Amino acid sequence: MNWWKRLSRRNQMEAQLEKELSFHLEQHTAQLAARGIAPDEARRQARLALGGPEQVKEKCRDARGTRWLEDFLQDARYALRTFRRKPGFTLVALLILSLGIGATTVMFAVINSVLLRPLSYPEPDRLVTLHRFTEAFGESWGFSNFDFIDAKRESQTLAVAAWTYAGGTISEPGEPEYVNGRRISAELFSTLGISPLQGRAFRPDEDRPGAAPIAIISFALWQRDFGGARGTIGRTFVYEGKPYTIVGIAPAGFQLDGEADVFTPLQQEQSTDPRMQNRGAHFLRAVARLRPGFGLAEGRAELALIARHLAEEYPKSNAGVSMTAYPLQKEFIGDVGSTLWLLLCAVGLVLLIACVNIASLLLARAVSRERELAMRVALGAGRGRLARQCLTESALLGVGGGVLGVVLAFVSVHRFVAFWPGSLPRAEEVHLDWRVLLFAVCASLVSGLLFGLAPALRVPVRGVEQTLRAGARSIAGGSRRLHSAFVISEIALAVVLLVSAGMFGHTLLALSSLDPGFNVHNVMATRFALSPGALANPEQIRAAWQDVLDRARRVPGIESVALADIIPMREGENSLPYWTTATPPPPNQEPFALASCVTPDYLKVMGIPLRRGRFFTEHDRLDSEPVVVIDDNLAQHAFGTKDAVGKRIWIPALGPSPALVIGIVGHVRHWGLASDDQSRVREQMYYPFAQVPAPLLHFFSSIMSFAARTTIPPLNVVEPLRRELRGAAGDQALYEIHTMEQLVSASLARQRFLLLLFGIFASLALLLACIGIYGVLAYLTGLRVPEIGVRMTLGAKPLDVMRLVLGQSLMMIFIGVGVGILAALAAGRILNRLVEGMRPADASTFAITIPVLVIAALFASFVPARRASRIDPVTALRQQ
Amino acid sequence: MAPLKSDLPQGTLDLLILKVIALGPVHGYAIAQRLEQVSRGVVQVPEGSLYPALHRLENRRLLAADWKETETGREAKFYRLTRKGLKQLKTETADWQRLIDAIGLILGMADGGAQ
Repeated sequence: MNWWKRLSRRNQMEAQLEKELSFHLEQHTAQLAARGIAPDEARRQARLALGGPEQVKEKCRDARGTRWLEDFLQDARYALRTFRRKPGFTLVALLILSLGIGATTVMFAVINSVLLRPLSYPEPDRLVTLHRFTEAFGESWGFSNFDFIDAKRESQTLAVAAWTYAGGTISEPGEPEYVNGRRISAELFSTLGISPLQGRAFRPDEDRPGAAPIAIISFALWQRDFGGARGTIGRTFVYEGKPYTIVGIAPAGFQLDGEADVFTPLQQEQSTDPRMQNRGAHFLRAVARLRPGFGLAEGRAELALIARHLAEEYPKSNAGVSMTAYPLQKEFIGDVGSTLWLLLCAVGLVLLIACVNIASLLLARAVSRERELAMRVALGAGRGRLARQCLTESALLGVGGGVLGVVLAFVSVHRFVAFWPGSLPRAEEVHLDWRVLLFAVCASLVSGLLFGLAPALRVPVRGVEQTLRAGARSIAGGSRRLHSAFVISEIALAVVLLVSAGMFGHTLLALSSLDPGFNVHNVMATRFALSPGALANPEQIRAAWQDVLDRARRVPGIESVALADIIPMREGENSLPYWTTATPPPPNQEPFALASCVTPDYLKVMGIPLRRGRFFTEHDRLDSEPVVVIDDNLAQHAFGTKDAVGKRIWIPALGPSPALVIGIVGHVRHWGLASDDQSRVREQMYYPFAQVPAPLLHFFSSIMSFAARTTIPPLNVVEPLRRELRGAAGDQALYEIHTMEQLVSASLARQRFLLLLFGIFASLALLLACIGIYGVLAYLTGLRVPEIGVRMTLGAKPLDVMRLVLGQSLMMIFIGVGVGILAALAAGRILNRLVEGMRPADASTFAITIPVLVIAALFASFVPARRASRIDPVTALRQQ
Repeated sequence: MAPLKSDLPQGTLDLLILKVIALGPVHGYAIAQRLEQVSRGVVQVPEGSLYPALHRLENRRLLAADWKETETGREAKFYRLTRKGLKQLKTETADWQRLIDAIGLILGMADGGAQ
């Protein structure tokens, strides 16, 4: 008989068991009677010999092997009956649980997709990213083109490919539009292990200077500009003023650090991009795939060897530079990992509080059911059996909450991802898969067990008789202690979340009040693409830019305008090595400074304070002496207390002759309000756009941005500006338009986002803790009604009774707060390490958050306390 | 004088039950009686644990059961040994015999040493 049959024929088996045992008793009785014992006595002896019939039956049922399932079904039915009888409790518990499990599941779904799931390339664990390493500056991703070419040629263990950022205006077909682009080496697609959706990847002979211009376009661009038409391969489009032939269409969603629309062969730009010929320009990103039979360690060893050879051969640029490799996945996701884990922890804490809350509610019921349980033990129920019943009940509750939670997670996970500040890497991959479902199932079962354990352990073992006799009046001290422990842990957990939220608030306030180093109001910055037709020769380029500035100045509402290659707090940077003596320091040990190439009005537009000397004027030109302006930090670091104006600085990237320092300006928090203090390069210098050498002008034109100070709200000038700057051919576009206020606020987006979420979690925790305190106190006070009646008969005033109840809750609150503060201090240290700019948990944070909690908790305990004080002693005593 | 009864060594109840049933199909009460008789009252077989043991053995398919009429015309559950049960009985008997031999050997050796 299989277990299913045994289960389905349960009634028949019960009847047979009954029959078998009664047969035994009858036979035994008959035999004893035959020996001359009186029938009644014979029956008694037979029964004694067999033992309690119900106990024997229980053991036989246990022996059947399907016992657990039968019991489970029975318990489940019983639990459902209980839930139906208390719909209010059930609803609240399910609501709390589904919120907790739903939020935890959403966080885990994001973590699973972003951090845990391998990249969607074939054999993703064999993909690595290459880094360069110097003693002075640690690691960075930048590779120079020649280093890349040498590494690719020399490496036996790695198939190396590289790419870099690009972009430009597509002027045909359709309206001119600026698109993001990438320049990729021919091997990139094969290294990643993907092939174009249509057409083909680049061939090695196409990835060289002078080859015919070809491109791979993105799926999105194909849909947008070519309507997804079949014959798109082989068509041409005009990009950066040059006709490109389309040879392939990239798979939908293909990304290289963000989406791009046009992919062109890297080496075709060797003559137009001066960086391509400079071993010191580290602007390529190198990725590689481990060849079959080689591991990461071998790849790294070989890279180190190649780097050593390069350092010997090209000491000027490569001395002290090593190369190493890392799994690509790590690079892909950047630093969102800590934020995600942090949020999962916070959500987990809320879920924990929810569990404790439900546990205390269930426990209250278990205690009032103590008599019932004792009765059942007396009637033959095993202790394990009763504990299992309690656990079944809570597990059902947990699973119910889990199902609702998964539904909740399913509808909200994409909203959450959209809500993420900035761009979440791999956001498009976030979805619920079996791993997330498994997580949700585990979370619900664990929560169910967690809050079911306490009631289950209450099942009486000894002193059944006592419990039965005592009735509901007496309440075991153990239960009261357990209840207090629940409340204390809820309060402690709530303190942790409240203090963390307080720390975020404090941090955000402190960071927002920092001086960014410039006047953020009424400034807009935008990237700008000159017409490809204007890029023919250096004179024309300069004239075109001058024309842009002149036209922009005429737009109503614009006060002053300037060009700059990098804009504070926006992506993009240019750190250059410099020195202050005629003899250069050893290679790769020079100090670095952030270099901005600007036009004379830049200082006025940004409102950066001039400390000494002067800023650039129209007279600083290519044929006059090279000049730079430096910030406070560089002046302090390079020249100490001496006056820096009039000193000289060697900046090899800008030319062989030293530049004259003509002025000192204030430091600008270029890396963001929060991150600037921790950034590696904190010194800044400015050099005039007018002194950019002619061969570099074409390249600079592709990276210059346009900034304007306005007298009206900055975004209001965008439309007139766009019209004014379209150019003769109508193909000059503004893109990535920001106000400086937006950029400053975006630099704190992560902190603000965490504050918001932690604030929500902390309020939830506070609410749950208050419900918990209320429930527990109401219950404990209810049990003490007779005692309070006696006290009042003996002369206690209502105020004394209130004091009694409030004292009890104050005790729990204080212990909880004490434990919570210790835990919060520990949590604060973790936050400090994970979030940049985080202020440590100081006294003021505690001074603000703790009273909020204490007042809320006291308020929650006030209701039961008042109810206790209004007890009528006569009625109370009669209850006994 | 009451007979001196000792508890059954752990795990031997199953073996005894199998041995009794090996003699032919038999119902629960008869098994209890036969155990009582065979062990000559030396070993205490608690009747309360007999039935759970029978059900356990049936569940492990060492026993099978049929409802048949007894000589008195009552319907009773008769247990019989399955092929698997017979095999189990043989191995367990052999194990038990080996254990007894070993213990006997050790006890005998101790005697020899004393002489």
